Amino acid sequence: MTFTPDIQAFCCHYTSQQTIAEGREGLKEDGLPANVTLNRVVCTGKLQVSTLLKAFEEGADGIYVVGCPADQCHNIKGSQRAAKRVDAIKKALAELAVEPERIEMFHLERGFHPEFVEAAQLMNKRITALGPCPFKGETK
Amino acid sequence: MIIADRKPVDEIVGMVSDAKKILVLGCRGCVTVCSAGGEREVEILASLIRLGMLKQGKKIETVEGTLVRQCDKEYIDGIDEWQGQYDAIVSMACGVGVNFIANLRPTTKVYPAVNTSFFGGSADQGVWMEQCAGCGNCVLHLTGGLCPVARCAKSLMNGPCGGSVNGRCEIHPDVECIWQSIHDRLGRIGNAAAMNTIAPIRDWSTAGHGGPRKTLRDDLTI
Repeated sequence: MTFTPDIQAFCCHYTSQQTIAEGREGLKEDGLPANVTLNRVVCTGKLQVSTLLKAFEEGADGIYVVGCPADQCHNIKGSQRAAKRVDAIKKALAELAVEPERIEMFHLERGFHPEFVEAAQLMNKRITALGPCPFKGETK
Repeated sequence: MIIADRKPVDEIVGMVSDAKKILVLGCRGCVTVCSAGGEREVEILASLIRLGMLKQGKKIETVEGTLVRQCDKEYIDGIDEWQGQYDAIVSMACGVGVNFIANLRPTTKVYPAVNTSFFGGSADQGVWMEQCAGCGNCVLHLTGGLCPVARCAKSLMNGPCGGSVNGRCEIHPDVECIWQSIHDRLGRIGNAAAMNTIAPIRDWSTAGHGGPRKTLRDDLTI
């Protein structure tokens, strides 16, 4: 049985600006997997740990965050904060014996660039290989 | 303040694995300030517990709450707000809070979500350092305000020891030799002679080695 993961991407306004300007069709042409849902936030530094965990609770198999390069965040340290929060979730996932690589942080340049789509493809490939998230097991 | 660290999530999930509904209870005191058990941490832990239970194929209901403090009876009474909504309480307060709930709610299951670590202060953002051991017999007036009980690896009363090198402790280069600091500070405040005073053998009976300690203030009791 083929498995298509539910992947939730949280991208800051700046790193996703030009890519999203292309629209869904443009993104599809660029190779963005259809099963990757983009969630735009004003700054990844605004993302709370609980928001990312909620995405797992709502059925995500994988999650990634795209923020500015660590030293070029529009809000100075926003993407650095996001990376720390992603690390905190990786630690918690490991404590629950769930693959920490189900969540990842990417620091990308602003504007249109192929790396934005490549990050999505990388996560799609990784999560497809890992299989369904263990949090989605049948409840008793 | 009391510094605490959240326990590993799997340990906490293991405590509540038989529960159907739990109250995750934070404290707005010390553990909020050290980001271990305040409102935000309650929200995160509740989510992690739900996820941990889902991984086991179980579903658990979580109610989230935070009390002003968990170390006073009148605030513990606030738990009644969630009466009937939980099988067990997961307290994110320090060990005092967990004990208070256990004392005052004899039939309620209560579990600790944090490891209560030490009395300390914020050294930098996200960094807390032990400053006081709560030994019950303060000598800070003799040591320039720096505590040798909590901050010397050997709790020496007459330091420094031979392991002090360039102001650092022999246990780790990152750790300052507090006796070097005491020496330097006493000099700066014009009290260097205090270093010549030999502290007598210390009476540790106030340090909790004789059972739980108690403070009684007759002027406050009713």
